[in-house]
Amino acid sequence: MGSSVANARARLMSGSRGRLLNGILFVLIGLALIVLATKVVALGPAYFIQIVVYGLADGSIYALIALGYTMVYGIVELINFAHGDVFTLGGFVSLWLIPVFGLNEATSSGPGVILPLIAIFIISMLVCGVVNVTIERVAYRPLRHAPRLAPLITAVGMSFVLEGVMFLWRGPFNLHYPGILPNDAIPLGASGATIAYKDVAVVLIAIVLMTGLSLFVERSRLGKAMRATAQDRDAAGLMGIDINRTIAATFFIGALLAGAGGMIYGLYFNNIAFDLGFSAGLVAFTAAVFGGIGNIQGAALGGLVIGMIQSLSDGYFDSAWTQVIIFAILILVLVFRPTGILGMRVPEK
Amino acid sequence: MIQVIRAMRKVWETDPRKDPNPLVYTIITIVAILYPIWAQLSTGGQGDFLISILADAGVYVLLAIGLNVVVGFAGLLDLGYAAFFAIGAYTYAFIASDHLLVTPLHTTVHLPFWIVLFIALFVAAGFGVILGAPTLRLRGDYLAIVTLGFGEIVPRVFKNLSEWTSGVNGISALDKPDLPFWVQGPWSGDPLAIVRDLKINSPLGFYVIMVILVGSCIVLVNNLRKSRVGRAYMAVREDEVAAAAMGVNTVRVKLLAFAIGAAFSGFAGAFYGAKLSLVSPENFGFSVSITILVMVVLGGMGNIPGVVVGSLLIYFITFIFLPALPPLAEEWASSLGLSSLIRPDGDWPGIGQEVQRLKFLIFGLILVLTMLLRPQGLIPSRVRAQELVKGVHEDTTIEDVNAETAT
Repeated sequence: MGSSVANARARLMSGSRGRLLNGILFVLIGLALIVLATKVVALGPAYFIQIVVYGLADGSIYALIALGYTMVYGIVELINFAHGDVFTLGGFVSLWLIPVFGLNEATSSGPGVILPLIAIFIISMLVCGVVNVTIERVAYRPLRHAPRLAPLITAVGMSFVLEGVMFLWRGPFNLHYPGILPNDAIPLGASGATIAYKDVAVVLIAIVLMTGLSLFVERSRLGKAMRATAQDRDAAGLMGIDINRTIAATFFIGALLAGAGGMIYGLYFNNIAFDLGFSAGLVAFTAAVFGGIGNIQGAALGGLVIGMIQSLSDGYFDSAWTQVIIFAILILVLVFRPTGILGMRVPEK
Repeated sequence: MIQVIRAMRKVWETDPRKDPNPLVYTIITIVAILYPIWAQLSTGGQGDFLISILADAGVYVLLAIGLNVVVGFAGLLDLGYAAFFAIGAYTYAFIASDHLLVTPLHTTVHLPFWIVLFIALFVAAGFGVILGAPTLRLRGDYLAIVTLGFGEIVPRVFKNLSEWTSGVNGISALDKPDLPFWVQGPWSGDPLAIVRDLKINSPLGFYVIMVILVGSCIVLVNNLRKSRVGRAYMAVREDEVAAAAMGVNTVRVKLLAFAIGAAFSGFAGAFYGAKLSLVSPENFGFSVSITILVMVVLGGMGNIPGVVVGSLLIYFITFIFLPALPPLAEEWASSLGLSSLIRPDGDWPGIGQEVQRLKFLIFGLILVLTMLLRPQGLIPSRVRAQELVKGVHEDTTIEDVNAETAT
């Protein structure tokens, strides 16, 4: 009896505290939006549309990386620090494959490049998948019952190993990535803003991959096994689900998307560096937390929102502060709304 | 031979009468005292450079001891430890140099080194509390990512706020520590006298300060470990729910550990600023945080002598061994008749360049292999080894239940 009263009081107090925090959060968001709106009005609609287009393209890439974080976190509750570097690896492998398939900047834009591009896409994704499954097998599975700190440390270690391998492979420089996608742009009405073919391509590829993933998780047997394992690993095991295989499949699928993201990044920005995955991974993790970690739709939405914030910040404020803004958002989201915007799991403890 | 090694390992690791820690402490103390003498003798009086290196290494020892409180004692992963280091160093730079003249404040503050050490400590601890208070209520691994984000923010802020911090150029000409009075005598080659406001400028002076700071921090942290709070850390680390049930306020305990860790980092930062007389945002990146983490993990999480040895070892590898490696590698390559490896060729940058690139790989492998093969570290903490190796807190898995019911 006494404990139920105490419980109720605790719930009431946390409720009012939560409401206060949410209030502060909305005031902060409101202020940011007002400042932004004045700048948007000052610089005209064409510029704004351009920024939004860039934001969508950036956001699609972040969404692809964020999906891997959120799936892995959902199933084994581990922040896979190596995931950002798997993303970079996708870029590196495809960069190596492009000349192998006889593609270069000069052959760009014809319909003939589509088939080899798809082949490179698939090979890079598979390589990333295999690498990520190997990482899981070697570095995370033996520690599944160890204290939580242990797999986190090996995850950071694996991230450094991957960066080290790519560093040895291609050196510390920014590498040029051949611009195979056409650079032509379609004018958008009379506003003066344009949308490039590669913007469209990036967003389309991301949408196709993400739709495929969400159909897979919702419809297929393996997807069902993943959801069951994420909910309760032991109960899923008792139902006859091979847990190790399911977890490995999750790592594999997450890495497929990250590998695709790495290649798209290269094609879109035309450069890549060995340590790209560190900051991109951190931003994508922010996106995953923003959308509610463990939630697939949330990660996709979070990626888009973070991409948009990055683009708006680059366009209307100072690009030197963009990363600061994004990481500040990460901290603020965790403080004010740790479940994210669509989050269903409550990460408390 | 193998049996001898095995027997030695058994004594080293499990025999309760042969705890390695006193031995390690004794060796460290003797080395710390003899090192400057050796450095001067072996170079014929030109050993200032060598002494200065070990004083720099001492900064990392301090940092590792502090991170050990967070990672080793309380079991929290802090990936942005360099941020507090930066905060400590910049605190020193602001209030112990002429720099505030060129900021919008147009004044200058010169507080003595000894006071700034503690101001830096409290400023860093304050930031630790601000960052930790909201996030430590969440799951433990969220702290890792929040600290990682914080570790990225802080150097960028120092870099971008160039009106206040001179941006990438950093702040230079920081004050040197001084002693209010000092007895001069024949031992320093001067007539016997009492001097006031002695500026400490020599590497040996910094070395002595460093040894005193590290020594007192080791004593403090050892006392902390044995105290009620220290036992609460271990309880929270090993089983948070059980600790809470025993009446430990887990959030407060974790916050305290996090703030103490940050305080050490700020403390080390102030010393670093004074020693180098320069702070720049480039010196506090993610790689610094990871270096310190590698030191703690390799040396032995939770065990102070282990952490000291680990930090000295990693310092030696990253700052002395790796930079010296390229010429060595080129020499070996030519003596083995592989001189074609030396020259850059296409994608191959030459063997000298290539070995310099090994740092990332080495750090990554140390982290992964230590956690997989020897999670208790080189010189383990007895208590921690029990938990990390023998898996006494392993969950009962379905496989276990199957194995039990099958017989």
